[in-house]
Amino acid sequence: MSTEKILSSDGIPLELSLKKAERKNKLKAVMLVAPLFLFLIITYVFPIGDMLFRSVDDRMITKMLPNTFEAIEKWDGKELPEEPVYAALYEDLAYLKKTKTYGKIIARLNYEKGGFSSLIKKTVRKLGKFEEGDYKSQFIKTHKRWGQNEYLVALKNTAPNWSYAKYLKGVDLKFDQDRNIIQQDEDRRIHKILWLRTVKVAFWVTIFCFLLAYPISYLLATLPMKYSNLLMICVLLPFWTSLLVRTSSWMVLLQQQGPINDLIVWLGLAANDARPELMYNVIGTFVAMTQILLPFMVLPLYSVMKTISPSLMRAGKSLGGTPFVAFRKIYFPLTIPGIGAGSLLVFILAIGYYITPALVGGASGSLISNTIAYHMKSSLDWSFAAALGTMLLVGVLTIYWIYNKLVGIDNIKLG
Amino acid sequence: MSLPNYTSWNYRVWHYTYLTICALVFFFLIAPLFIILPLSFNAEQYIHFSKGMIALDPDAFSLRWYEDMIYGTKNPWGLAAKNSIIIAFFATIGSTILGTVAALGLSSRHMPYKAAFMALLISPMIVPLIISGTAIFFFMAKVGLAATHTGIILAHIILGTPFVVITVTATLTGFDHSVTRAAASLGSNPVNTFMKITLPLILPGVISGALFAFVTSFDEVVVVLFLAGLENTTIPIQMWVGLREQLSPTIMAVATCLIVMSTLILVSAELLRRRSERLRGINR
Repeated sequence: MSTEKILSSDGIPLELSLKKAERKNKLKAVMLVAPLFLFLIITYVFPIGDMLFRSVDDRMITKMLPNTFEAIEKWDGKELPEEPVYAALYEDLAYLKKTKTYGKIIARLNYEKGGFSSLIKKTVRKLGKFEEGDYKSQFIKTHKRWGQNEYLVALKNTAPNWSYAKYLKGVDLKFDQDRNIIQQDEDRRIHKILWLRTVKVAFWVTIFCFLLAYPISYLLATLPMKYSNLLMICVLLPFWTSLLVRTSSWMVLLQQQGPINDLIVWLGLAANDARPELMYNVIGTFVAMTQILLPFMVLPLYSVMKTISPSLMRAGKSLGGTPFVAFRKIYFPLTIPGIGAGSLLVFILAIGYYITPALVGGASGSLISNTIAYHMKSSLDWSFAAALGTMLLVGVLTIYWIYNKLVGIDNIKLG
Repeated sequence: MSLPNYTSWNYRVWHYTYLTICALVFFFLIAPLFIILPLSFNAEQYIHFSKGMIALDPDAFSLRWYEDMIYGTKNPWGLAAKNSIIIAFFATIGSTILGTVAALGLSSRHMPYKAAFMALLISPMIVPLIISGTAIFFFMAKVGLAATHTGIILAHIILGTPFVVITVTATLTGFDHSVTRAAASLGSNPVNTFMKITLPLILPGVISGALFAFVTSFDEVVVVLFLAGLENTTIPIQMWVGLREQLSPTIMAVATCLIVMSTLILVSAELLRRRSERLRGINR
């Protein structure tokens, strides 16, 4: 082999000049992607990170009671704390009273332990009458709860800047006094049921979508073009129609005086005055979601089935297989990529569904998204909403990751 | 699908059962949409089929709910339609430009970490809307864009770009890059090449991506629910508010208009898809 390098026309070694051209092309490609990438980083990825941050952020109260937390840090929580803690608490509360900002800590402390609301309100009201020195006995005189160890322990427990308490709440756990993780009280265990229901509905919607989509995808893939194009409209029209329109059509259908109930009564399955509730429960959510998400199953299945040559089935049959065996051994395994793609897509979409359950689900048919919306808009417990959102996001991204591994994100197809 | 006459009786039964099942599924898919059409012409103010309607009595039908939609007192639909169109228009332009440019980069074979970038750029389509809505709301509130058209348009650009990226990259697979090289060798600069050669060839894909982006913005409720103030109400928001109160025939009228619109969009999307396949020389 000769060691002499091949030169390009301008005297630079070809290898170098090729590399330079490659680099230039690479840079050009990256520059084209950059605007959207940066736009999404700033307006989308960063806000989602911020939401994550918000779910563990507990600095508000730390900032508002700085002296108290500094003083209480060394306290072991066994006997009532000494005078300096109460003096520091007086200092902080007096400042909060002056700036009229104590309302915020009431909500936070009451969340930690019930009873703080009246305790703080009463103390702040009487703060003006406090005299210098011996704050401990004055506090206890104002409200006897200041002399109860558990309230001061609860106060101390709010000190850390970061807290994953909202995540525990999201799976019906909580901290007890000594920072052990325990089950939420029986009557407050609502979130586990909700997660379970969400996963269950998403699972069954996926199964039913698959069962309904498979036969029609096969028909669409095997019919001659002019018929299949016509039938494809039945799949694509709902796909292009507003989600609210489709949900409202289900509200019309499922209502008590609606056509489906009329049919049930006419068939004699139920008496006219005992019409079954088809809406505002989990049945409504399930039926409407199955119909709405069905196109997302049909389209990937169809595009896979379209590529399977019909001669494969004929070959199977000519080798002595019954149609059933030929289907099971040849056709079905070839459609598995489509089944995977469709199922994962439907499951991902179903698990985060909000609009349809909110309108036809009622209380017993609502899903985790509805609870997130409730905490965002009604209870205003934004950090809890953020924690639930983060948990849902982790679940969805895991499935997305699997989808990417199995199907490849660049194989995603629309219409 | 006619069967050859040597098929067994068994197979015949199975075949017709299968066709019946398919017919039922298609019915399940499409029938719910059509229940809305007759109800929007109802002369009464209840959402069910009156005896007159079933007997096809002309007096049982009327256009009063369409009149109510357009001329009704204190009606929110005019403002909502205006807002929806403005927001969808700008969101479509934004997503189409950003998405098309990014798709050009992504389908270059020199692009590093293609899969990772693609996964990130598509993620707004995958992440549940309620999470996107929450996150975007916090962000827009922080930068002072909550309850403004700009904020909603930006949010819809985020949600719309994945569709443009997907459709345009799909069009670009199978794109013959030698034509752009030919243009360059004839002395055309990259911008000129893009405008004169690449864009006309990928235009069907770009337009169908734009249609997706438009529909995404026009139908989007969840994020707008978080971001919109009274001034920024859109058609989906008004429908949402209406549906939460009660089903009214006016909503049926609006829904009918939206179905007509989606039919038109579907037809144009289908025509574009076929044109794109013809341009790229894909025969099916």
